[in-house]
Amino acid sequence: MKARIIVTLKTGVLDPQGKAIEAALRSLGVEGVDSVRQGKVFDLEVSAADGAAAEATLRTACEKLLANTVVENYAIEIL
Amino acid sequence: MHAAVVVFPGSNRESDVARALRLSGARVSMVWHADPDLPAGTDLAVLPGGFSYGDYLRCGAIAGRAAAMDAVRAHAARGGLVLGICNGFQILCESGLLPGVLMRNVNRRFICHRQTLRVERTDTRFTSAYKQGQVIDVCVAHGEGNYFADPDTLARIEGEGRVAFRYCDAAGTITVEANRNGSLNAIAGVYSEGGNVLGMMPHPENFVEGLIGGTDGRGLFDSLAA
Repeated sequence: MKARIIVTLKTGVLDPQGKAIEAALRSLGVEGVDSVRQGKVFDLEVSAADGAAAEATLRTACEKLLANTVVENYAIEIL
Repeated sequence: MHAAVVVFPGSNRESDVARALRLSGARVSMVWHADPDLPAGTDLAVLPGGFSYGDYLRCGAIAGRAAAMDAVRAHAARGGLVLGICNGFQILCESGLLPGVLMRNVNRRFICHRQTLRVERTDTRFTSAYKQGQVIDVCVAHGEGNYFADPDTLARIEGEGRVAFRYCDAAGTITVEANRNGSLNAIAGVYSEGGNVLGMMPHPENFVEGLIGGTDGRGLFDSLAA
């Protein structure tokens, strides 16, 4: 089954890259973007008996490697 | 003093740190990241600078889970000494041996320059050859050296006196200008709770011989080898 993991910076953690993108959008004349936070997307293929088992595997993947939970949150979507 | 330098794919400062250790009288072995054990009799495990695994995912994230790191964790748990420099500091944070994380520099640039540091304490196995509050002249070379920890963790680190070095100006004053990567509290190096693990972003191994332009890094290796 296909899954997507989205890793984002926690609120309050400084994101210099997001700030740079925000400034670049402004300089390109893109109006109305108030703020940008950059994150990561992982698309995965998972072999699991059911959605719950897949989610358990993906949670382990996030906790062990994909996210640094000191500064990042993760969200799991089974597609 | 027997030091084991752990080499990961993408490490590039292992020879420099090995040379610095030998100059101070240490015996040095190189350990490959896939080795499950450190050499018998290892006193100090060293994680050198570089770009392990190409900095993929996050700096130090993949190296922090390498087989050799299980051996380093076990060594640290026994009270063994561990030193991580630059990428080695990032690996220590990612592996859970040190608190916090090294984020992208606040100015978004790779910084590479000489840097003065203030030695915060000298009653440790890493800094006994320095004087309290001494300003040392070393180097930094990193894109992700911006030390971050949540407020509770930061308060604990400060409360327990676990800051090893801070970025400062030539007079030893902590200024915004001297803290170019934007680290919280100008933190350049941190000790573990037991004081036997040190991670630092600057490179003391760059300045151990007068011929190269400085010797202020020598104190760290002399302290360890003493």
